[in-house]
Amino acid sequence: MSEPLFSKKNLKLLSDPLNNSNPITVQVLGICSALAVTAQLKPAIVMSISVTAVVALGNVIISLLRNTIPNRIRIIVQLVVLAALVILVDQVLKAYVYDVSKQLSVFVGLIITNCILMGRLEAFALGNRPWQSFLDGIGNGAGYAAILIIVAFFRELLGSGSVLGFRIIPESWYIVNGGFYANNGMMILPPMALITIGIIIWVQRSRNRKLIEN
Amino acid sequence: MNRNGNTYTVLYAAIMVILVAALLATISMSLKDRQVRNTEIEKKQSILASVNIESTVANAEEIYAEKIKKEYVVNTKGEQIEGDAFNVDLKKERAKAHEDMLLPVFECQTDDGLKYILPLRGTGLWGPIWGFVALNDDMNTIYGANFDHQGETPGLGAEISIPVFEKQFAGKKLFDNNGKLTSILVAKVGQEAPAEHKVDGISGGTITSKGLEKMLLDDFSSYQEFLKKKKS
Repeated sequence: MSEPLFSKKNLKLLSDPLNNSNPITVQVLGICSALAVTAQLKPAIVMSISVTAVVALGNVIISLLRNTIPNRIRIIVQLVVLAALVILVDQVLKAYVYDVSKQLSVFVGLIITNCILMGRLEAFALGNRPWQSFLDGIGNGAGYAAILIIVAFFRELLGSGSVLGFRIIPESWYIVNGGFYANNGMMILPPMALITIGIIIWVQRSRNRKLIEN
Repeated sequence: MNRNGNTYTVLYAAIMVILVAALLATISMSLKDRQVRNTEIEKKQSILASVNIESTVANAEEIYAEKIKKEYVVNTKGEQIEGDAFNVDLKKERAKAHEDMLLPVFECQTDDGLKYILPLRGTGLWGPIWGFVALNDDMNTIYGANFDHQGETPGLGAEISIPVFEKQFAGKKLFDNNGKLTSILVAKVGQEAPAEHKVDGISGGTITSKGLEKMLLDDFSSYQEFLKKKKS
């Protein structure tokens, strides 16, 4: 490899998914989990880390195998690699950090169904070298994480009046305690997550003209 | 070798599947002991939590051995029978005919006197929910409760396992004044019931709340004879 590890082109792999090709707001992948796990900030963060780890590792493995994979069963091969990785992670968590695995509960299994993973393996790792694929995985994981964390922040703040479990809206403001404030119950339901993502897409497009189709 | 040929494709798939299966099976077997131990410790922590005793992964087994005085199994007629209370699999028991069910009971000596801890198991929205409810020795008043779930939605149904929800159960009663089992209503807004038979349900977690309510009623019904015998 003559190219330096962090060449301009490689750094672009990391930064592009944060804005111009964000997996959620531009490619509209991984919406399902973005709606499901963002009622509170903590599971959203944990899910972000898990997805980033799995997509980066999966990308590297598929990239290493890319010249051996028979074209007709490549999707199956990708799926097997991801499923094996996810089960592996789940088993190790259960054995060594049981409390973390309890918190992740269903999400670990749900990682397999995240379209971002298959999308990156198919679109990037199959045609690129391991290091680039690794960066692409980290970048896309971070792009996914950024949106998840923004959505979860607003949902938890407006829906439960707290952030990461810490109370932000004082108890005395609440109507039940003689105040004037009430949490917006809609925020903890999935439809508001979709609306929040919609607003993020709107803001992003109004600031980034490149994204607007003619 | 032709990489688009059938032979290559079939061989590739076969070898990949065998390798992955072998890898996963090895990992699963080698980690099994640790995983089983983790679940045992967690169960002991849950049992202790239902009588408001805090424990850590490190000291749970020690506290458990010290505080839990007796473990035994009863049947639906309330008679004590043979069995290993700690390892009774509630999932299997719930599938049996009513009269064949093994119902575990744990007796715990706390600073507030002797408590009877009953394990419960029911269904939430996505999967099983379970818990431990500790009763005072009047076999009617709830002393404490601890619930858990396999995969309820975080922020919604999963809230059954947070202390704010569990604390509501302390002081609630199972039987009404006429000695009839009324259990506890996990209420939505507007649902009325006497305060000692009602806790607030979870917004956005109605199906889990109602599943919990059904679990309480069903399981306490199974224990009903045992509770009445102990009381008299």
